[in-house]
Amino acid sequence: MRFVVNGVEHEVESHGLQPLLAVLREEVGITSPKAGCQQGGCGACTVLVDGEPRRSCLIPAGALNGVEITTVEGLGTPEHLGPVQAAFHEHYGSQCGFCTPGFLLATHALIKRSPGADRGQIEEALAGHACRCTGYVKILEAVEAAVGGAR
Amino acid sequence: MVLADVAVVVPTSPDEALTAFGDGSDVTVVAGGTIVLPDLVAGRLRPKRALLLARAGLDGITRGGGRVTIGATTPVSALEGGDEPLATAARNVADPEIRGQATVGGNLCATASDDAPRGDLQAALIALDATVRSGGKGGERSEPVEDFLAGGAGRLVLDVSYDDTSRQTGYASARRPHAHHYTILAVAAAKRDGELRVAATGIGPRAVRLTAVEQSGSAADALTGLEPRDDALASAWYRSQLLPRLVERALGMLDGAEHA
Repeated sequence: MRFVVNGVEHEVESHGLQPLLAVLREEVGITSPKAGCQQGGCGACTVLVDGEPRRSCLIPAGALNGVEITTVEGLGTPEHLGPVQAAFHEHYGSQCGFCTPGFLLATHALIKRSPGADRGQIEEALAGHACRCTGYVKILEAVEAAVGGAR
Repeated sequence: MVLADVAVVVPTSPDEALTAFGDGSDVTVVAGGTIVLPDLVAGRLRPKRALLLARAGLDGITRGGGRVTIGATTPVSALEGGDEPLATAARNVADPEIRGQATVGGNLCATASDDAPRGDLQAALIALDATVRSGGKGGERSEPVEDFLAGGAGRLVLDVSYDDTSRQTGYASARRPHAHHYTILAVAAAKRDGELRVAATGIGPRAVRLTAVEQSGSAADALTGLEPRDDALASAWYRSQLLPRLVERALGMLDGAEHA
């Protein structure tokens, strides 16, 4: 099957039931989506599928023909961070970094969908993402700054 | 995960999906994947043949002929702003990313796992007196959602529909403050032209209709004929304490009154 990852088309040979997470990490070589719980519970594997945040551990490869996928690698580069990445960097929204790609992509999608999202909408949008380091306060501050910056 | 010998079919129309499903033997149906994929990865499920419905054209909500019809692969998120008590039940499912992926058909086919009840939409659909249209052994058939649930697995859901009319509704649930956890227990109620329908998710492996409550209109009858399940989320004792209170709260909402 063929799909686009961060603007580049890929033809993959993975089995149709292989989760997108495994396809990205093991066949395409994109490792920002993290294999956390692999049960849909932690949000570390979230990527954008046609712009919508989705758990890549839950999507079978066979359902992906023709879709566009965005990972953190598509949001910016170390030299030129995307606006959401810059807000997380500036507001200490990341510690060990394992959950960060999922949070970044969920935030990116939230700002596209609800440019003026308030604290309640932010908490709802990030409800499926677990972080074991920060206690969430710094993450929420970073997301509020990203939303404010985009406004 | 050994997958090499699992055949995968990706139908591109409802007819193709029905043909590929056949009589349902040895087929694992994957709609949103939110239940099947974790089971696959954890080795709890070893399919012989997998039917992926992502492109089968079974999604979408239509209104016509006095009915609201919801396609099997319509995501749970599409119900969030719709008819009650289904909309509140939908908003109660997991988190927005899961709701965008999980499907109505998958929710109807979900039975309880060892550690949690599943199928949050089932009680709301029973309260709405919904009809399930499915394919499989013996061909296509339509039946009340509670009959579909009682019949167990082995059918390919095509759509679920209910009368497009106004009702008084109520929905009350208990859940732990974890986004991805299944609901411990939830009660959905709907009243239409004086006729009351009440159902609960989380009592048994599938949602059940609370016929004693429907007849008496009293939460005191909530546990009549029921033995609440006991699992990792809550004990049977806790559920037996909780059910009458949730029924009372859901019934209280029918009159528009706020119940804490």
